[in-house]
Amino acid sequence: MKLKGWKEVTPGAVITEAGSALKFKTGSWRVFKPKWIPENCIQCMFCWIYCPDMAVKVKDGKRAEFDYDYCKGCGICALECPGKKGNKAIVMEEEGG
Amino acid sequence: MSKVVAVTGNEAVANALRQINPDVCAAYPITPQTDMMQRFASFVSDGKVKTELILVESEHSAMSACIGSAAAGGRVATATSGPGLALMWEMLFVASGMRLPIVMPVVNRSLSAPLNIHGDHSDAMGARDSGWIQLWSENAQEAYDNAIQAFRIAEHMDIRLPVMICLDGFIISHSIERIEYLDDDTVKNFVGEYKQLNPLLDTEHPVSYGPLILPDYYMEFRRAQAEVMTKVADVVLNVAKDFEKISGRKYGLFETYRLDDAEIGLVILNSAAGTSKDVIDEFRNKGIKAGLLKPRLYRPFPYEEIGEALKHLKAVCVLDRADAFGASYGPLFMDIASSIYHYKDKPILINKIYGLGGRDYMPEHAEIVLNELAEIAKTGKVKTFKEYIGVRE
Repeated sequence: MKLKGWKEVTPGAVITEAGSALKFKTGSWRVFKPKWIPENCIQCMFCWIYCPDMAVKVKDGKRAEFDYDYCKGCGICALECPGKKGNKAIVMEEEGG
Repeated sequence: MSKVVAVTGNEAVANALRQINPDVCAAYPITPQTDMMQRFASFVSDGKVKTELILVESEHSAMSACIGSAAAGGRVATATSGPGLALMWEMLFVASGMRLPIVMPVVNRSLSAPLNIHGDHSDAMGARDSGWIQLWSENAQEAYDNAIQAFRIAEHMDIRLPVMICLDGFIISHSIERIEYLDDDTVKNFVGEYKQLNPLLDTEHPVSYGPLILPDYYMEFRRAQAEVMTKVADVVLNVAKDFEKISGRKYGLFETYRLDDAEIGLVILNSAAGTSKDVIDEFRNKGIKAGLLKPRLYRPFPYEEIGEALKHLKAVCVLDRADAFGASYGPLFMDIASSIYHYKDKPILINKIYGLGGRDYMPEHAEIVLNELAEIAKTGKVKTFKEYIGVRE
């Protein structure tokens, strides 16, 4: 995408396009990546509640895969995950590792 | 029909705010501004204005509430002084960066420590590069007139920047002077209906203010903001022309006093310019060609125009009512020096720091400086480029 020049930017950095945050893919900030292990998931939805972004997807009322376009890898979901019988359903792995 | 009254500077500016009737005013009391906003609060209580007056717990909050209200789409005003302006500092840049046309009288006061409540320009000088437009006022009449013109300048669609109107604490804010008020209707028509730009409350067209701008775009926004500053002087002059039609009073980017054929000159802001003009008359009576330049639009500083106005002089003293610690010279001096720097033939420039913390600026001070300038003009020799005057050894 071609970046705009100074004559093209909106006065005061006001964003006039609703929902344009979707275009800002913050997933590239990630250093650690959450990995979902479905067999340990009890569908408590804690990860969905605690995610400070909207990077935990839900499909038909069930926990679905992460949205890695926006997940910054903060690890809150992994911390909060109760897992099943002591086995976490979300673990953090080094990005690109 | 205008009305002649005897009022203080604070009273005059409060009356201008009443005539303009802003949508929102968020203010916090601080001497010597207190009496201005107390009077305005009475107008609100008495139903003389429809302004939503927001009482806040600090000046940081006052400016924050003004920013929110202006972004929401309202015409917004506040006022402050000295340490209050200092506490607003962070938010001043937010107001200008978001291009919000907030109008703020600044009743100039010194900064602590030592604690002092009196007239001094350290407060506004500290905020001179915050992206706000600054109009400076010699007396109550100019403060009133500048306050009315400020709304037109700030809200101009090519500008959309906040404006400070500076007036000297106590010397102007609390002294009674003869001034002329314009009719309420005349002011209302002059200022006109407020025109919104990207208001937050327009839910049909949702917008976001204050996004994170990373290194890939920050510089473009700053460059655009710098460009807006280049358009301010023309708007200030056009608004002044319209204002002259309703008031008969003429304003420019700066005022010159007996400067055209002058050989020596003073450059001085606000109330002390009045005192200096009297002394310049005395020197003229003695046959000494003295003159004066008083900046009005201090930010953006009209470098070219001021350079042109001063370049023919032999010696000029810039008097600063604020010091720039560690910068060698006072803030006004540095701007004046920049404005004549490019000329091959230019006046010798000296700098005096005067009147800090409300110390009186007396006609004798102007006399001493003008005598020194006459000597410099004759000999070309300078003893001291910068010194404090009116201070005990």
